[in-house]
Amino acid sequence: MDLMQLTAVELGKKIKNKEVTVKECVEAALAQMDAVEGQIHSFVTIDREGALKKAEEVQAKIDAGELTGPLAGVPVAIKDNMCTEGLLTTCSSKILYNFVPTYTSEAVLNLEKAGAVIIGKTNMDEFAMGSTTETSAFGPTKNPWNTDHVPGGSSGGSCTAVAAEEVPYALGSDTGGSIRQPSSFCGVVGIKPTYGTVSRYGLIAYGSSLDQIGPVAKDVTDCATILEAIASYDPKDSTSVQREEYDFTSALVDDVKGLRIGIPRDYFGEGLDEEVKAAVLGAAKVLEEKGAIVEEFDLSLVEYAIPAYYVIASAEASSNLARFDGVKYGYRTEEYEGLHNMYKKSRSEGFGLEVKRRIMLGSFVLSSGYYDAYYLKALRTKALIKQAFDKAFEKYDVILGPAAPTTAPKLGDSLSDPIKMYLGDIYTISVNLAGLPGLSMPCGIDSKGLPIGVQMIGDCFKEKNIIRAAYAFEQTRTYQRPAMAEKGAE
Amino acid sequence: MAKQYETVIGLEVHVELATKTKIFCSCSTEFGGAPNTHTCPVCTGMPGSLPVLNKQVVEYAIAVGLATNCSITQYCKFDRKNYFYPDNPQNYQISQLYLPICRNGGVEIETESGGKKIVGIHEIHMEEDAGKLIHDEWEDASLVDFNRSGVPLIEIVSEPDMRSADEVIAYLEKLRMIIQYLGASDCKLQEGSMRADVNLSIREVGAEAFGTRTEMKNLNSFKAIARAIEGEKERQIDLLEAGKAVVQETRRWDDNKETSYAMRSKEDAQDYRYFPEPDLVPIIISDEWIEEIRSRQPELRTEKLERYKAEYDIPQYDAEIITSHKKLADIFEATVALGKKPKEVSNWLMVETMRLLKEHDMEPSDLTFAPENLAKLIGLIEAGAINRTTAKEVFEKVFAENVDPEIYVEENGLKIEADDGALKGIIEGIVAANPQSVADYKAGKKKAIGFLVGQTMKAMKGKADPGTVNKMLTEILNS
Repeated sequence: MDLMQLTAVELGKKIKNKEVTVKECVEAALAQMDAVEGQIHSFVTIDREGALKKAEEVQAKIDAGELTGPLAGVPVAIKDNMCTEGLLTTCSSKILYNFVPTYTSEAVLNLEKAGAVIIGKTNMDEFAMGSTTETSAFGPTKNPWNTDHVPGGSSGGSCTAVAAEEVPYALGSDTGGSIRQPSSFCGVVGIKPTYGTVSRYGLIAYGSSLDQIGPVAKDVTDCATILEAIASYDPKDSTSVQREEYDFTSALVDDVKGLRIGIPRDYFGEGLDEEVKAAVLGAAKVLEEKGAIVEEFDLSLVEYAIPAYYVIASAEASSNLARFDGVKYGYRTEEYEGLHNMYKKSRSEGFGLEVKRRIMLGSFVLSSGYYDAYYLKALRTKALIKQAFDKAFEKYDVILGPAAPTTAPKLGDSLSDPIKMYLGDIYTISVNLAGLPGLSMPCGIDSKGLPIGVQMIGDCFKEKNIIRAAYAFEQTRTYQRPAMAEKGAE
Repeated sequence: MAKQYETVIGLEVHVELATKTKIFCSCSTEFGGAPNTHTCPVCTGMPGSLPVLNKQVVEYAIAVGLATNCSITQYCKFDRKNYFYPDNPQNYQISQLYLPICRNGGVEIETESGGKKIVGIHEIHMEEDAGKLIHDEWEDASLVDFNRSGVPLIEIVSEPDMRSADEVIAYLEKLRMIIQYLGASDCKLQEGSMRADVNLSIREVGAEAFGTRTEMKNLNSFKAIARAIEGEKERQIDLLEAGKAVVQETRRWDDNKETSYAMRSKEDAQDYRYFPEPDLVPIIISDEWIEEIRSRQPELRTEKLERYKAEYDIPQYDAEIITSHKKLADIFEATVALGKKPKEVSNWLMVETMRLLKEHDMEPSDLTFAPENLAKLIGLIEAGAINRTTAKEVFEKVFAENVDPEIYVEENGLKIEADDGALKGIIEGIVAANPQSVADYKAGKKKAIGFLVGQTMKAMKGKADPGTVNKMLTEILNS
């Protein structure tokens, strides 16, 4: 049996029971990478030597009884926007092509404390700007279900690495849907936690007020377990929240009796693919049959989420990305005359088109005379969207809808029409604007053979409600692997 | 008749706060480390790093705000000021624009005519300092040192309420005194822990509308500020008299050449694209917190001055000099607390200390001697162990090297000979050797004793108390 077919928790158990060594797990992961990377390109950096060395250290600690957690010894892939000390961290951008951080991000440190073995850094849309993983400076990642299609983005590499069974689990980040949408396109499970749950220290910022790190894995149990490991109050992140509890796995119960699930009519209107709609409503039906109370309602303001998001995220990004200037680290143009020419050329050559588009958009909305009309208005819209959700959560424990309007589009289709790509984020974006937790999990396969995802949204700090609903739904299904995963290491 | 002009001046004063660590990270603020040794991912703007606010910065800012009669913004936020420059590692400065911590205050100053006047404070905001660029002429390159990057600053923005260089200096001295008393900064202009930018415009006397203003930077001393104000005032008047317009611009003062140069005009002014700093949460300042800081506010100068007069019975003039600098007041109180007479302590500070400060071109904040040593010195005089002339010499040592006067006097054999027998012998010798003076004295020329006292002191190499010598001489001569 291929070890990488197991979930992270299953593999952790085998390691703990001495059925398998950490080194064997790492070797299995590397073998699968060797088999599939050429077709899908999940990784920017694969740290073979580092991972094998780490495997021995972790094994020793497990043998000594120092590491006993469920993830001890299990290999993991990290999205390439989280700093890892001594390991290249590029954000899939030319401007950071040579950047080796001097410190490790808090979420990754938490995983290391739990005994995780980092096997590599995954490909992403450049600086997490994009919904397809095509804007990476190092070439696109392809969907393991069909390599003519995109994996979604921006955490595309993390999701394909899990779907193609290169690693049992990965970390992604989600600013407007960047964990949930590619999870949906790749047929895996991903959670974006409540804003402030996982430290952003060491996560290279895109939209600071929206960014949140979360897990990607094959099932809900893994996601809850990983979330428990990475979530922490971090005094180094001022937006980190001291939560009352950091327990997520106790919600892994197959019981949704009395759980109130709201279906926002606004999420099922124009633009939603019929097959996606049917599969998502099918999931709602299953939960209703299991005892949940399912009801339709009007969420409102959905159409304002995309413009508000692109104003806020781009504004923050235009400032966050200012530090990449060729002075201190990263790419510097070859020839230049004077400081300003150096800035201009380094940034023009170092950033890709989508990043430049958002920097320009963000700079524009913050500029004198436009601030009130765009940025302030977007902030007010954000506050209203939060209010709309607050109202909904007075009545419901979980809001259920699609993660994306369609299944994975073909490579190239979105790049030619950015507005279309932006509209693809319609169901995920408002969750970030409101700071809520959201989960995406598979709920079917469409006629093209591509996975369909269902999204479950909870109130702030109520991850357990969506984990409970997702776990119960998962019990009615069997996990479906892409053919590539199966063929891979054979 | 020539037109009469009025100068309108407002100041932007940057003050470096005396915190041990930087505003958004735990790096040391200590001056003078090797380049880039007081740095971390946060203050070098490394990707993924995040700022965490130093609470002490907020407390100092509130303390300064309360002492300058400002209202405290109880829901206050930081904003990002975006601009590209290599001394600014993130290419934005974390500052405050929309909700600065203090607003609508003012301080009272004395005008040249001796009247009182309030200079309004528009706002005080908190921000981070930038790093330092070092231009390497030989390599045709620039190096950057981030040790100062992230050192906390407050910027105190005045209303355009000042009308002359004297008022500007009075305002700055007042601010400096308040901030030093609060312990929030040492406010040294030369070292840059206090920096002032001068906004100046002129208008005809009686006019209501303000003229076009310029902003003057690079002012490193009160003298430079005064000179720059005079220079800029004249430059603007000359322009207007010649029928030209003043251009709104930032100018750099060159104190050596006593002239200023345009740095950038309003047209080139950057759009800083300010927006709320998303990496920091709003600061909620409760009534309790404000009251706690208010209750901890140290005694400020005016209160101290009144107390010195009442409690220590020292004259207004003395009290003014001693309270003119917190360091002097601290030494005064500590020395008096060691049991020394307030007037005696005050004399040492007002006369000898001030003289030596002037001689060495030093500020009171540079004083290093311990109050214990001043107390010991006064103790030696009181005990008659040294005379005042010797005491002044010893004080110079105390001032310069903080020596222990008791040990110093002992080791250098400066003590007055307490052995009356020896002194008596010497006096008798002097009397015998100067028959003419003795005769003069006995003939009623009482002043002649002065010469004999002098001769005795000379013979004793100064180690005698002139009072004792005088007394013994009188006895011998009258016997």
